[in-house]
Amino acid sequence: MLNIIKMAFRDLGRNRRRSFFSALALGLGLSLLLLMAGVIQWEIRDSTDKTVRLQSGHLQVRAKTYNEDKTSLAWSDLIENPDAVAAQIATLAPVAVATPRLYASGIVVSGDASLGVRIIGIEPASAANAPFRDGIVSGQFISADDTSGLLIGKTLADKLGLGSGDTITLLVNTSNGSVEQQIFTIRGIYSTDTPSYDESTVFLPMAKAQAFSQAGNHASAIFILLKDRSQTDAVAAALQSNQYQVLTFDQMNPLIVTLDTYANSFMIVLYLIVLAITATVIVNTLVMSVFERTREIGILAAVGMKSSSIMAMFFVESVFLAVGGILLGLAVGAPLVSWVGSVGIPIGNMGITGLLFGDRIHAILTLNDSITLSLLALFVSLLAALYPAILAARMEPVEALHGAQ
Amino acid sequence: MEVTKIENVTRVYKIGEVETRALRGVSLSIQSGEFTALVGPSGSGKTTLLQLIGCLDQPTSGHVYINGKDVSHLNRNQRADMRRGTIGFIFQFFALIPTLTAYENVELPLLLIGQSASERQARVTELLEAVDLADRAHHRPDQLSGGEQQRVAIARALATKPTLILADEPTANLDTPNGRQVMEIMTRLNQETGVTFIFATHDPRVIHYARRQITLRDGLVLENGMVEKVAQGV
Repeated sequence: MLNIIKMAFRDLGRNRRRSFFSALALGLGLSLLLLMAGVIQWEIRDSTDKTVRLQSGHLQVRAKTYNEDKTSLAWSDLIENPDAVAAQIATLAPVAVATPRLYASGIVVSGDASLGVRIIGIEPASAANAPFRDGIVSGQFISADDTSGLLIGKTLADKLGLGSGDTITLLVNTSNGSVEQQIFTIRGIYSTDTPSYDESTVFLPMAKAQAFSQAGNHASAIFILLKDRSQTDAVAAALQSNQYQVLTFDQMNPLIVTLDTYANSFMIVLYLIVLAITATVIVNTLVMSVFERTREIGILAAVGMKSSSIMAMFFVESVFLAVGGILLGLAVGAPLVSWVGSVGIPIGNMGITGLLFGDRIHAILTLNDSITLSLLALFVSLLAALYPAILAARMEPVEALHGAQ
Repeated sequence: MEVTKIENVTRVYKIGEVETRALRGVSLSIQSGEFTALVGPSGSGKTTLLQLIGCLDQPTSGHVYINGKDVSHLNRNQRADMRRGTIGFIFQFFALIPTLTAYENVELPLLLIGQSASERQARVTELLEAVDLADRAHHRPDQLSGGEQQRVAIARALATKPTLILADEPTANLDTPNGRQVMEIMTRLNQETGVTFIFATHDPRVIHYARRQITLRDGLVLENGMVEKVAQGV
């Protein structure tokens, strides 16, 4: 076996340029796959994380009749005395934070411009609002007793040419079906690096939101973050009651769940396409090598080398090519993914209903992806060696020797 | 003792619709320790006969025996097993593995029969000394002259101490001094080790090294006897 390995290694050295380019093809294929896997992985992770933190939380408790699509503000569709409900939920050990939120639809008017927005009433002190508090880029965060101030997103501010301290008119659909309007002062401008969200969401203190929309002491939902996402189902089961509906992240975000499920299948198809292309390069290299070494194959057979050993020699060559390609792929792919991960590729405002994307594509290199893709590349390389190896092993010694003369 | 026996062997090659009868019923027997030349013009069947004796090919009809065993209908791996350790080959185009050194080329058949490292080292060193190439052991074929390469091929053919060595035109690609040196080494090794040599040639300069001469023409044995008798037309 040692001699087979030695011969295989030296054979690759005979045409170094060809061997290098074959390994490079595999390496570039692998680095491309690492980047694609990294981007998909990051996007799903980031989109999920953003959706949890900004939009749905891990769980929401709502009134039985609440319909999210209608953003209903009828009292019968809301949770009464939400602070008490939230406080009770917060006593559960796996719950990190539980806070009431009131959702209403409205319109922001500034000068001649107007934009439809989602108004969210929040308890400013709640830890659940950290993404907005920490994302303040101008002005300050709203306080609970503020009755004329609000928070708007940076994208909306940029679009309407507004800054902190400016005033806007906000119209809201109230619980009795009428429309109320009031002039508000922009206390602060926040950025979550999610243009579609920052463009369409304004925050009011809960008390003001309730008063403005005539919701009384009611909230649309109790927004719940858990210490550990894996506890979602257990907490959801613990919160079940006849009075409320309890919705998990998966129930509230079917698109992300579907995307997560199908992304893996999609990626496998993509892996196979890219690797199949690179495999043809390896097949070509090894087939050329077989034809160039017809005489040697005849000699090896003449001295008594079995067909299986001749096959093994070409498999070992393929392994060397694959290992070279994989090392090249990791050497190119890891820094590439790292660079895209830290700098990102700008994609602008890519708003998709049900998905929250940032304004840049990033990537993340996981050990799991690196190992899986490297092993897949190795497997495909071995598969690619099958035909040339069989071709070599099936050569009749006489024909191989005669063909070379 | 009979090393090889050929019984009424024919070999027909089919290329498309065309049939070529390389051998048309050859029978002969070679005893252990013989130094035999297969002589004849191109196309007479010398190489085909060597290939059949060497288990590189199978006869269309008839039987080939090696050390008493019928090898006519062995499968690919059985023929490889028979070649390994029983038969050594020397080809006219030197036939060394270009990526291996002289030492490694000689060592190759020993690896295939699973000899230990120390046994291999002793055997390869002994053989390279026997062909006067001890100082070229770690050179690759492209760093050796044609004569040196053919001597390495002789050493490799002898490595596993086979009972039979087949040489196909071993001097065809060598100049006269190198051709003479190769034939002298083969003769000496035949005498020293008793290994049977059968070599095909149409080079009249080397025929006289043989003690027995088998002349082929058009796939048939024309003459078969000791060199002196053949030369005298007996």
